[in-house]
Amino acid sequence: MDILPILSTLRRHKITAFLVIIEIALTCAIICNAVFIINQRIDRMNMQSGVDEHRLVYIELADIGASKDEKARTLEDLAALRQISGVEQVASINEIPFGNSSSNSGIKLDLKQRLSTLNATMYSGENLVKAMGTQLIEGRDLLPDEYMDFDQVVRAAAAKDAKQIPHVVVITQTMAQRLWPGQSALGKQLYISEYPLTVVGVVRELVRPSIWDDSAKSYSMIMPMREADGRYAILTRTPGDRERVLAAALAKLKEINPRRVVLKKVTLDDLRHDFFQNDRAMAGLLVGVCVALLIVTALGIVGLGSFWVAQRRRQIGVRRALGATRRNILNYFQTENFLLATIGIALGMLMAYGINLLLMVHYELPRMPAIYFPVGAVLLWIIGQLAVLGPALRAAAVPPVVATRSV
Amino acid sequence: MLGYYLDLAARSLRRNKVLTGLMVLAIAVGIGASMTTLTVMHLLSGDPLPGRSQHIYYAQVDAYPTHKDDAEPMDMLDYQSAMDLWSARRADRQTLVVESPVKLSQPEAGTPPVMTTLLSVTPDFFPMFDVPFQYGAPWSEADESARARVAVISDDLNQKLFAGADSVGRTLRLRDSDVRIVGVLKPWRPSPQFYSVRGGRFADGDTADFYGKPEDVITPFASGLEINDGNFQQFTCWHLPERQGHLQNSPCVWLGLWVQLDAPAKVAGYRRFLADYAAQQMALGRFTHAGNTRLRSLMEWLDFNGVVPSDVRLQAWLALAFLLVCLFNTVGLLLAKFLRRSGEISVRRALGASRRDVFAQCLVEAGTIGLIGGIFGWLLTLVGLWLVRQQPVPYADLAHLDTRMFLVTFTAALGSSLLAGVLPALRACRVAPALQLKTL
Repeated sequence: MDILPILSTLRRHKITAFLVIIEIALTCAIICNAVFIINQRIDRMNMQSGVDEHRLVYIELADIGASKDEKARTLEDLAALRQISGVEQVASINEIPFGNSSSNSGIKLDLKQRLSTLNATMYSGENLVKAMGTQLIEGRDLLPDEYMDFDQVVRAAAAKDAKQIPHVVVITQTMAQRLWPGQSALGKQLYISEYPLTVVGVVRELVRPSIWDDSAKSYSMIMPMREADGRYAILTRTPGDRERVLAAALAKLKEINPRRVVLKKVTLDDLRHDFFQNDRAMAGLLVGVCVALLIVTALGIVGLGSFWVAQRRRQIGVRRALGATRRNILNYFQTENFLLATIGIALGMLMAYGINLLLMVHYELPRMPAIYFPVGAVLLWIIGQLAVLGPALRAAAVPPVVATRSV
Repeated sequence: MLGYYLDLAARSLRRNKVLTGLMVLAIAVGIGASMTTLTVMHLLSGDPLPGRSQHIYYAQVDAYPTHKDDAEPMDMLDYQSAMDLWSARRADRQTLVVESPVKLSQPEAGTPPVMTTLLSVTPDFFPMFDVPFQYGAPWSEADESARARVAVISDDLNQKLFAGADSVGRTLRLRDSDVRIVGVLKPWRPSPQFYSVRGGRFADGDTADFYGKPEDVITPFASGLEINDGNFQQFTCWHLPERQGHLQNSPCVWLGLWVQLDAPAKVAGYRRFLADYAAQQMALGRFTHAGNTRLRSLMEWLDFNGVVPSDVRLQAWLALAFLLVCLFNTVGLLLAKFLRRSGEISVRRALGASRRDVFAQCLVEAGTIGLIGGIFGWLLTLVGLWLVRQQPVPYADLAHLDTRMFLVTFTAALGSSLLAGVLPALRACRVAPALQLKTL
């Protein structure tokens, strides 16, 4: 196929050619970035939580009341929950992954530091590791005699009584590697406020309840503190038990104290679903925009292609009369579209890169991987070829006899 | 002449329905997408107190001991500073603001208790923020200082509990205290819920929660602290508080102070007052640094907190880029359409029409497409906003098209189609009549 005649024809239709190129370039730039953002959101939605999500349910009750029997009542609740058939583990905890409510603290490696090394969330609750199904990969779990009551710890902290404050902690693998890269974290010391804590165990993963910054999502610690705050994690034997256990647990808890308000009663799957609903909505919207863009661009190419074919009917007739086959005519329009698309895609790549740089500055997105460029290019080539096929076939169908009319 | 051009435009548009349809569709989809997102942007970035916001200020001093003067002060105040500044009464009006989760029940109705958020403020809150009353009135200064067990409730709650009747004088139970209702608000939905905006700079663009509904129950500040003692939440602390949820005299910041300053001189005066207060507290040894005070106006405070969610801004840019693609598409199609009619244009030119006439005729045609596209675009915008209302976001109920955005929709459609028509029209009016006539 000879490209030179096509180029010289295009040179005589600069504006139309330019419009097609610009449209393809814009579409290419937007789609590359949109698909990139969609993938970012999908990655986020597939985030590992580190807990046994399909077997875990979570109940949150309000206002057990700051009464003295708060702790006794928690023990009673836990005992009752353990009785329910299908329940494997229970724990009274302070926070849950994807729960959107968390207590966090600055971590220092040295008391002389003015600024914290990192900020991590503090999970606590006796038996939390087992009840959440979190996997311990190094060291040991917290021991029963290491646990202290949360309110006593708070009072001790106010009185600066270091003895009544926990001195061991379990942390996540990510946090361990961030604090002591390339070393085992076991036996190492970190500081919360001025209190030292020794790392006795490392869990594979435990995502924090609320995530502002994706790079800090796995900075979690498990503290040896007993909680009596009306928040229960229940691990069921099988995923099929969840609904029944949840209903039974609520009935039991209501029976113990009918005056409590149930704030949350969810499976972890539901909690995850709600947690990522904005990401899901945004990804859906972006998919919609991409599809609409491709349709608009394709229709634009169809429209301009038809116009071109209609305008060149006579020339096509002449070419046919001079011996060009239908295939020659078809190829001509296809090649023309391919050329325009190629220029558009090249321009679009530059724009896509520019937009990505802007997004990196303003929306803290990472750099777009290079794979998006060839994939975007192929997609637009295909769309262009599909769109031009109709007009090109119509052009190929022009009979040679047109050449003899009204010249 | 315009009538004749419109007639010509209608004929021409009817001649090639597919091409016309494509152009109308491109404009409509582009306008629909961009107007949906722009409407949401407009609703979220607007002034929650039009006409008053320039007099409303948010006061900050910095009690955080390890801060230096170069850091931003904390977003809220500690109890001591808040009480000192508020009770000095140096502004035209001033109110303290604090929210806390509370158990709400209504003993007479016998409905199960629910958890809700309690807003506790001082009486100036209502006149300062122009809060509209349906029944009753705010509590008095005397009630405030007497820590009276009174409350103002929202229209929503009044509908729910009392079926919209005048409930002034009825009783609610907040946690374990009975409070008497003294006022019922009219529907009130500031966007954003500006008086509780803070911490936006730590939210990483995820700020949709600033657009929630105002609280259902509002009590006097001092009464609120007593009723719900133990349930208050700190913005942050520099040491653990002695008793959780009880934050008076704790090393925590947890209160907001809004002031109304009606004249620029008063603003300058209040700034001086804050600086003097900080200096005095440093002299007393309570502050470690004194240069770190702020007095931002309401809109400055909203800007500082970046209240418009970054997803919404991203969507608006995306929609505008989409409109741009649609416009380029329309330019191409219009060009095709006009140049196809070179013969007809040449005849008009040969019969005496000036280039200006041809240009005007082409623009009228482009404008007609824009107008039709605008109508469809408006319908698509309504669909788009309906979709936004189905989203699980706090601002969903705000997403409606107001008259202004309705007019903007049509102006945008007409404007963009005329813009798209200029280049093709210029090309069309430069058609050489002689050459074209020969080929007819």
